[in-house]
Amino acid sequence: MNTHAVLDTRGGGLRAALVFGALSIALAGLAYPVGATLLGGWLFPQQARGSLIEREGRVLGSALLAQPFADARYFVPRPSAAGYNPTTAAGSNLAVSNPALHERMRVDSAAAAAREGVPATRLPADLVSASGSGLDPHITPAAARLQAPRVARARGWTEDQVLALVQAHTEPPMLGFYGGARVNVLRLNLALDAR
Amino acid sequence: MAEILLTFFIAITAAVPLGWWLARTLMNAPMPGESVFAAIETPLYRALGIDPARGMNWRGYARAFVLSNLVLAVTVFLLLMTQGWLPLNPDGVGGMSWDLALHTMVSFLTNTNQQHYSGQAQLSYLSQLAGIVTLQVVTPMMGLALAAAVLRALVGGRNAAQASEGEPRDVGNYYVDVIRLTLRAFLPVALALSLALSWQGVPSTFEGVAKATPVDASAGMSEQLIPVGPVAPMVAVKQLGTNGGGWYGPNSSFPLENPTPLSNLLQSVALVVFPMAVVLMIGPLTGRRRFAAMVFASMLTMSLALAGFALWAEQAPNAAAVGLAANGAHLEGTEVRLGTGLSALWSTLTTQSSNGAVNAMHDSLNPLAGLVPLVGMLINAVWGGIGCGLVNFIVYVWLAVFLSGLMIGRTPELFGRKLEVREIRLLSLLVILQPLLLLGLGAITLATPTIAGTSNPGFHAVSQVFYEYTSAYANNGSGFEGLGDATLWWNLSCVLALLAGRYACLLIPLAIAASLAGKRVAPVTSASLNVEGPVFAATLLAVIVLLTLLCFLPVLALGPIAEQLALGTTGATP
Repeated sequence: MNTHAVLDTRGGGLRAALVFGALSIALAGLAYPVGATLLGGWLFPQQARGSLIEREGRVLGSALLAQPFADARYFVPRPSAAGYNPTTAAGSNLAVSNPALHERMRVDSAAAAAREGVPATRLPADLVSASGSGLDPHITPAAARLQAPRVARARGWTEDQVLALVQAHTEPPMLGFYGGARVNVLRLNLALDAR
Repeated sequence: MAEILLTFFIAITAAVPLGWWLARTLMNAPMPGESVFAAIETPLYRALGIDPARGMNWRGYARAFVLSNLVLAVTVFLLLMTQGWLPLNPDGVGGMSWDLALHTMVSFLTNTNQQHYSGQAQLSYLSQLAGIVTLQVVTPMMGLALAAAVLRALVGGRNAAQASEGEPRDVGNYYVDVIRLTLRAFLPVALALSLALSWQGVPSTFEGVAKATPVDASAGMSEQLIPVGPVAPMVAVKQLGTNGGGWYGPNSSFPLENPTPLSNLLQSVALVVFPMAVVLMIGPLTGRRRFAAMVFASMLTMSLALAGFALWAEQAPNAAAVGLAANGAHLEGTEVRLGTGLSALWSTLTTQSSNGAVNAMHDSLNPLAGLVPLVGMLINAVWGGIGCGLVNFIVYVWLAVFLSGLMIGRTPELFGRKLEVREIRLLSLLVILQPLLLLGLGAITLATPTIAGTSNPGFHAVSQVFYEYTSAYANNGSGFEGLGDATLWWNLSCVLALLAGRYACLLIPLAIAASLAGKRVAPVTSASLNVEGPVFAATLLAVIVLLTLLCFLPVLALGPIAEQLALGTTGATP
């Protein structure tokens, strides 16, 4: 048999392309994501809705998103290039060589140093660096410990009481080396209020 | 270092069975679950009106690829323009402007996912699913199908045993390849990853935005809107399919898109597992196991070298923070739960694999760490996009064969088939296209400050512009995101780079491979060039490095290298 005759040189034609497009949308664009979403929501209902933290029927926030804290009785999250607004989330996108980055860090550094009553060179880097998302819910354990004396004073607690709570909320890197040690600011602040 | 080893160990361990699975899928061989898959596929072939047993010659295969792309192009473009009037739009998002819709459609059609819009604010749920996710699932499998056609042609086509010299070769049936790959390989893996990500905290719901009342009212925010949606299935396919376009603007740095170190590990592995598996598939598919091993070893060498360099360069503290904080990690643009190590590793894996998802802002990387993603995208064959990466790598193999042939004074040949004037002419077209587009468009943009939209001054502005075009042509999609790129000029000029980087880079090699396929096979002698050993691998790596440096060293020197040198004077070197 001549192989030339049986090979398709037209590539199935227009009908195949049209039906393929429709089937792609139906299977890959609708059936897969709808199925996966419903299954994920059914298996993990809490996570599926955004890991919301609710108290007495009111949503206070998401355990995975930073929110602003100003009162001296609370731990303060990292600076946000997005004003802690998840709908406009963004990093600063400032290059290391950009004078605007140095200037912004100078302002953040001065404010943090004054707030905590320490020299700027003692501030952990995360307190003067904006995160990639603008909504980083975590600070480093060093940044939490640095804020503990101020929080203790404002609440009339001993420093050790606050530090113990920080310790209890510190998550180590996965397997001891993968990722960063971290403290979730919103959860820590809610734990403070719960005492 | 431990994070590199863990990630590569898991990725390679998973890629071995996946490569075997992909090969079985493409060889139409019986596999576990055969009756279930066949029951789904048979009616689909009938609806398409094709005979799955009938192969295509390369022209038929290319026509089917182009035509199926055109149909999806028109459909998704119209969807993006009219989304404001269509259902599944709880947050009331309006239609896109024509140039933004065009750029977005082309960007996703070419498996790039460069985003000049911000996902959660400018796309309805219907657009995210029926438009974006559809393309994120099928375009990587289309790329893989093209790579399979090139591989089949390299060994003479599926009808090599019966066909006589010069006769058209059977490179496979395009629709059968894409449908089988999608249903048997891609979607099952994506579903598993989607559920794992839901477990870790990636939203998975059809409810609209959640409204929260922040705890500390004195901080001045009375309400925080928390965007959720069917995020997990999309994130799974954007990671697995060398896509990169995320649900949220800041991509996988956003905690709802990448909540934990474990989710980051899964997503990092997903960046490279399919591209790795595609290389391991070569052996069973073509019977050239030693060639597959040479390709894998070459890619792994480049990959580890770039990863090691990225981690080293990103260890240096942020020069802008000197005197303003304790000397420590460079966390601007980086998340605390991930840290600099995981972000540096990700930044290179995402550009080695033509993915383009980010878990830290590349604009804020240390200059030399920002150089690494650029190099990964310029080579674009370290692992490369699914299918396209392998095709790009085969182009480098042909070039290395050609140069080796010149050096030893023999007609260059691969698998016994001679590379002659026609093939070399097509190859040179590919070699010229990349510098022509990247340097040409980059020069026009930089020479016209009103259209450049750069947000950082000095050398970094050069990097921003060059990065955008490099990313578009590499079909990567990551960016130095400070760039103001939602403009008519950026949308249209990137469309040009995107199209060339996809269609020229896939179809020209297919034409070359098909032209080789019909040639008489010269017997292997002791004088033939051995393309399966370490000597050829070293030559090949040298060709890749030299070609990239020859074309792009000047612009790299003007961008990240100059930026690092300028910082060096202020005392912040790695």
